[in-house]
Amino acid sequence: MTAQTAAASLADRRLAKVSSRDVNVFYGEKHALKHVDLDIRANEVTALIGPSGCGKSTYLRCINRMNDLIENCQVTGSLSLDGDDVYDKKVDVVQLRARVGMVFQKPNPFPKSIYDNVAYGPRIHGMARDQAELDEVVMSSLERAGLLAEVKDRLEEPGTGLSGGQQQRLCIARAIAVSPEVILMDEPCSALDPIATAKVEELIDELRENFTIVIVTHSMQQAARVSQRTAFFHLGELVEVGDTEQIFTNPQHPLTQGYITGRFG
Amino acid sequence: MNDHTVKSYDDELAHLTNILARMGGMAEAQFAASLQALGKRDSDLAARVVAGDARVDELEQEVQAFTVRLLALRQPVASDLRQIVAALKVSSELERVADYAANVAKRSLILNQLPAVKPVAAVLHLARIVQEILKDILDAYIERDVEKAIRVWSRDEEVDDMYTGLFRELITYMMEDPRTITACTHLMFMAKNIERIGDHATNIAETLHFLVVGTPIKGERPKGNTIEAD
Repeated sequence: MTAQTAAASLADRRLAKVSSRDVNVFYGEKHALKHVDLDIRANEVTALIGPSGCGKSTYLRCINRMNDLIENCQVTGSLSLDGDDVYDKKVDVVQLRARVGMVFQKPNPFPKSIYDNVAYGPRIHGMARDQAELDEVVMSSLERAGLLAEVKDRLEEPGTGLSGGQQQRLCIARAIAVSPEVILMDEPCSALDPIATAKVEELIDELRENFTIVIVTHSMQQAARVSQRTAFFHLGELVEVGDTEQIFTNPQHPLTQGYITGRFG
Repeated sequence: MNDHTVKSYDDELAHLTNILARMGGMAEAQFAASLQALGKRDSDLAARVVAGDARVDELEQEVQAFTVRLLALRQPVASDLRQIVAALKVSSELERVADYAANVAKRSLILNQLPAVKPVAAVLHLARIVQEILKDILDAYIERDVEKAIRVWSRDEEVDDMYTGLFRELITYMMEDPRTITACTHLMFMAKNIERIGDHATNIAETLHFLVVGTPIKGERPKGNTIEAD
């Protein structure tokens, strides 16, 4: 590494909310993620793209240690959140996941009321001293998720009774209720229709002001629409990362070019 | 580069390149015919050039409609996007080239009503260089040969210098024999038209650079004196 790139990399690291160096993931014998160096900048949306099995979801799940739940999964290398080692033995995984929230592909509201779905996190983390404060957190989270107007008269109805797009925004409200710093989204719109997708994308853009967002998506157009930075993964390696505009107009690596223009293999 | 997984996309991009190649050939032919009409005082040919401009305009419309369709239906990115945007730009450059050729033809129709003047030869000489540049740049475009395009791009200075010289020559000629003023004024506009064709050719070279490399050409194009206020 030349002095110049070292300095640039240092500057990147200072800007970075999440910083990873030489991150490897093994599922048993399988080397699923290989030597990934990636910095996720604060208050930006970073999109992870790549074909199925390229490691993008695996990388995403490293950030809040969701991979710990998988048997035989081993993570090596260094991954830090605001400079704190995420894989340090002293880290309380529950606390970590309060700082790094997650939204999944299929909306997965709890079989509880709309209100309780959002109140769940603040309750278990003891974030509200009384009912009034809890109400406040729930309402403001629903508001920020752009859902309040649609559900304010039926907060006691089950969350599972909402439409798919509303359920997904409910899950986002649930994620932001515990005031995380980073929100991980694993294909949050793949089960939604275009209008619900547009609402979620608009929401992602608004949330960026207060949160750092990492989104895995199979829709290149979505990556282009919502993200500021795009990282392209292929066969477990990070091939290229750059400003989204550059990746989609002038990618530097032939693999990136091949993938985003639909010329793969 | 590999083919697209969706074959019809490749066919469409190839079709776009085809229309452009045809349009380039047509613009070149129009330009060549306009010069022949000027050199040979051939009014029939000049009239055909004027009438033929509509065909080039039609092709430009075709490129526009097709690029809009590709943008809407394929949502192209990266090199595909650059290729499509470049096609749109090049088609309007070529449309302008053909327009100038038609202009030259129109003026030669008028010149044919007047006694012949000597500086026609100098205008044709300027035009030959511009023809070479246009041909080389269109070849480079079809071959995606950036190196060649840049070499030709820097030749535009030659054209600018020659145009300046021609401008002076025409003025001298008119001062010596005021009866040639009408013809020489038309020639002056023709020379300007031809010089502009050279400029459009260099624009195509710049677009090719963007298409292939993804960035504008670095550095200022070497510029001769295009005009002097004397």
